[in-house]
Amino acid sequence: MEYNVVIGLEVHCQLSTRTKIFCGCSPVFGAEPNRQTCPICLGHPGVLPVLNRAVVHAGIMAGLATHCEIRSPNVFSRKHYFYPDLPKGYQISQYDKPICEHGHLEILVDGETKRIGLTRIHMEEDAGKNMHEGLDGVSHVDLNRAGVPLLEAVSEPDLRSPEEAVAYLKKMRNIVIYLGICDGNMERGNLRCDANISLRPKGQKEFGTKVEMKNMNSFRFLRQALEYEIKRQTQVLNEGGTIVQETRLWDAKRGVTESMRGKEMAHDYRYLPEPDLAPVMISDDWIEQVKKELPELPDDKRNRFESEYGLSLYDADVLTSTRELADYYEQTVKAFDKAPKTTCNWVMGELMGRLNEDGTSIDACPMSPAQLAGLVAAIEDGTISGKIAKTVFAKLFGTDQTAMQVIEAEGLVQESDPTAIDAMITPVLDANTDKVAAYLGGKDKLFGFFVGQVMKASKGQANPQLVNERLKALLASRG
Amino acid sequence: MEPYTWTLHEARAKLDAGDISAVELTASLLYRIEQVEPQVLAYNCVAPELVEAQAEAADHLIHDGKAGPLTGLGIALKDNMITQDLPTTCSARLLEGFVSPTDGTIAAKLKEAGSVVMGKTNMDEFAMGSSTENSATEATRNPWDLNRAPGGSSGGSAAAVAADLCLAALGSDTGGSIRQPASLCGVVGMKPTYGRVSRYGLVAFASSLDQIGPLTKDVEDAALLLNAVSGNDPLDSTSSKREAPDFMDGLKDGVAGMRIGVPKEYFIDGTDPAVLTAVQSAIQQMTKLGAEIVEISLPHTPYAVSTYYLIATAEASSNLARFDGVRYGNRVDNGGDLLAMYMATREAGFGPEVKRRIMLGTYALSAGYYDAYYKKAQQVRSLIAQDLTEAFEQVDVLLTPTSPTGAFKLGERTADPLKMYLSDIYTISANLAGVPAISQPCGLDGNGVPIGLQFIGRSFDEASVLKAAWAFENATDFHTARPAL
Amino acid sequence: MSIETNEVRKIAQLARLELTDDEVTSLSADMSNILAYIAQLNELDTTGVPPLEHAAEAGETMRDDTPRPSLERERGLSVAPKVENGCFAVPKIIE
Repeated sequence: MEYNVVIGLEVHCQLSTRTKIFCGCSPVFGAEPNRQTCPICLGHPGVLPVLNRAVVHAGIMAGLATHCEIRSPNVFSRKHYFYPDLPKGYQISQYDKPICEHGHLEILVDGETKRIGLTRIHMEEDAGKNMHEGLDGVSHVDLNRAGVPLLEAVSEPDLRSPEEAVAYLKKMRNIVIYLGICDGNMERGNLRCDANISLRPKGQKEFGTKVEMKNMNSFRFLRQALEYEIKRQTQVLNEGGTIVQETRLWDAKRGVTESMRGKEMAHDYRYLPEPDLAPVMISDDWIEQVKKELPELPDDKRNRFESEYGLSLYDADVLTSTRELADYYEQTVKAFDKAPKTTCNWVMGELMGRLNEDGTSIDACPMSPAQLAGLVAAIEDGTISGKIAKTVFAKLFGTDQTAMQVIEAEGLVQESDPTAIDAMITPVLDANTDKVAAYLGGKDKLFGFFVGQVMKASKGQANPQLVNERLKALLASRG
Repeated sequence: MEPYTWTLHEARAKLDAGDISAVELTASLLYRIEQVEPQVLAYNCVAPELVEAQAEAADHLIHDGKAGPLTGLGIALKDNMITQDLPTTCSARLLEGFVSPTDGTIAAKLKEAGSVVMGKTNMDEFAMGSSTENSATEATRNPWDLNRAPGGSSGGSAAAVAADLCLAALGSDTGGSIRQPASLCGVVGMKPTYGRVSRYGLVAFASSLDQIGPLTKDVEDAALLLNAVSGNDPLDSTSSKREAPDFMDGLKDGVAGMRIGVPKEYFIDGTDPAVLTAVQSAIQQMTKLGAEIVEISLPHTPYAVSTYYLIATAEASSNLARFDGVRYGNRVDNGGDLLAMYMATREAGFGPEVKRRIMLGTYALSAGYYDAYYKKAQQVRSLIAQDLTEAFEQVDVLLTPTSPTGAFKLGERTADPLKMYLSDIYTISANLAGVPAISQPCGLDGNGVPIGLQFIGRSFDEASVLKAAWAFENATDFHTARPAL
Repeated sequence: MSIETNEVRKIAQLARLELTDDEVTSLSADMSNILAYIAQLNELDTTGVPPLEHAAEAGETMRDDTPRPSLERERGLSVAPKVENGCFAVPKIIE
């Protein structure tokens, strides 16, 4: 039987605030255990949470960027469970009245844009960290992370493939980075994602039983985990089995998802409106102010790149896939102020290829936009050919020279003098009289051979267009 | 008269006049504690050397002309307010010996005012109870009759004031925990409007109901102590932004023309006839003083206890989840796994009444029951608050009994928790609606123990409540009666 | 409304209370009793009545994103039952 895949994602973003969500401790990663704690985030008796305004501000930004309605007042609730990394025995989160609701964002898959619904975005506190490794009969609890602010965005079950899920997660990550509210670092867990996935027979309307999946801390793992889970569920269903509603962990080392069944208590979170925090009022003025502060968002930037620079939807989408890349591209274009398409090709082709090879990212790119712009300029004004430009690029990358300095130092300026070109063509024709005869006898295909020989003789520096022109003329003159 | 018998305002006058030093005043209180505390058992903890050091510091302030209204005055704190100099146990085994690394807002304000914190007073464990018998230490005795309970949960604070073991005390009131023991011990006890006093540092029982307030020897002292602790606190986002007025302003203006509502639902079967008689005389007294008495109805009063016990236990089950033996408190580790540690720690650390309430609250919040219990209770809470709002469109304050009976015998009510809960019937509505209320002495019952009179006011109108109470006190001498110890 | 002993045990597990058999029995009776009384709320039609969820006045109650010093770690750990390597130590969490 064939199945349709239904996926929903829950994305947790750690906010880049200066303090935790309910106390003045630093949320910055990397301190010694429990150095960034106080009676409030330790859940001491008698203390009270006070909400960090910057968290609400980030929530409004995220909501506006994803076309959500901003709810005012919105309400915090307590979510109860016992665990040593949860100091109060409850997590302060939002339940039935979250700050953002009914939004959407667009993803681009196979050249088509698709709208994915956002059920909600809510604010909550992170838990601390339990450590077991290398310990015998004991676990250690570090509460530095307890109370670190998170936004959790929950999508509608609108995603239909692992590719869409990955595109969605990339878009979500991109948006929060554009907004400057989260650094998007997935390795460190500053951006995390859980997935709900179910299969249903093609043509069936009702959703199948869903499985919740956790621990997918990269785009690759998300894709692999979903692919694995689709295979697993398909097999279970095809063998006449039923899917158990459960939570499964992705084991990246083994490349499988594993049931957490039996390892977690049956959850009954006993949500309770948080009596220690008044309902959060968000004035229209505040929303208007945030609207004015919003940076250009990925979709808007993509559309602008399409229209302003004449790029294809695909190219514009790739270039705006991160704020850094988009900024790099725009700075390059602005430095030269023309040839946006050539610039696009160079950024997406040679530059991204090289960065991938080196394992670096665009924000650590050793080649400045001005350097790349100089190279593009040299191509555009005919100083060098596109082919030579690749050589120049390789020599330029990692230096602090300009493209022209490299071109001149290496003597790579393109030969565009017709007399000089003729002087390169004549020996080639003289050395291949049989082929000249054959060409003149109707073997047109040999033209490419002559071009190749001439270019070779010029060490690639001859202007290809001029070579074509002169070659045709000189061949004709021998007829 | 011995200095320990003084009110706050009497002691203030003597200190300011230089008739006595803070050290001498404090020595008098410590002497009284030494004499009487072994019978009353009002305190969980008194540290004489700390008390003396605070008194000396207060004398410096007075000498330097920097004395405020509470400088040098000996005040007791209920043992659910965190202090970094003294343990905070909430009279719970689980927290025995716990010393908070920081002061709560109340402790900080008293320190800043230069007052002398005498010690931490006994209470029902985590403020759950109406007799102070649910204490992990011994039950406090009613100074009027040592075989009787002082009421609760702020029984230690009320008994300490009644027995002159401090000049005044602070308690917390979730369903009557200041007013009922004040009533049973013959002192003044006030629950301010929810949000008037910071809860930062108050170990939470039911966060949407808890409020700190004064227990004092007279109404003027209640106003003075309320002045010292009121006001917005950035550390408590449920504390009101409203500026707290000077509660001494207009305190003694009298009640001529004041409209006083008497809710008929507060004079019901099960109330001791002696209580009814005393309250009827109080009504006549108020009429004599020029107030207009209006009979009103608060139709949802019969549902208050049910509503209260659902909301309070639900919040309590949540608030007490943090006591897990991980970061503080007394852990019971029987060598088992984490779950076993949790269960054993909480089993050993909590007393029967606390367990009962955690169980009830957990049940009310658990899957499938939320709407039927917790949400339903919140809806009825709206109706009860609405009753009061409508009443205050007709009248300025309400006059009621505080408790259906005077002090009961120790052990008399512990067997039947529901009966104990029902004795809170007159005090609970003020917590559910968040409005201010005061209890003050208005007579003695057939057993020779005090009866309490309650005034309830509009939100943030403590002034009217205090004004009515002061007028009654000024026209009578119930507040001057003292237990023979 | 009556709460059977098995339900009492279930709730106790949820609340992390290890109850003795005697406690289970007496709690079953007490809770049944109290819930039977509380059932009086069902007499009231509360259709459309907004629940009173928060006692505090609504208003601006947020704080600025301004760091405050954390508690000195040793003070935070000093009240803990068991401490190792700057961490709170608990019986091994079985994963």
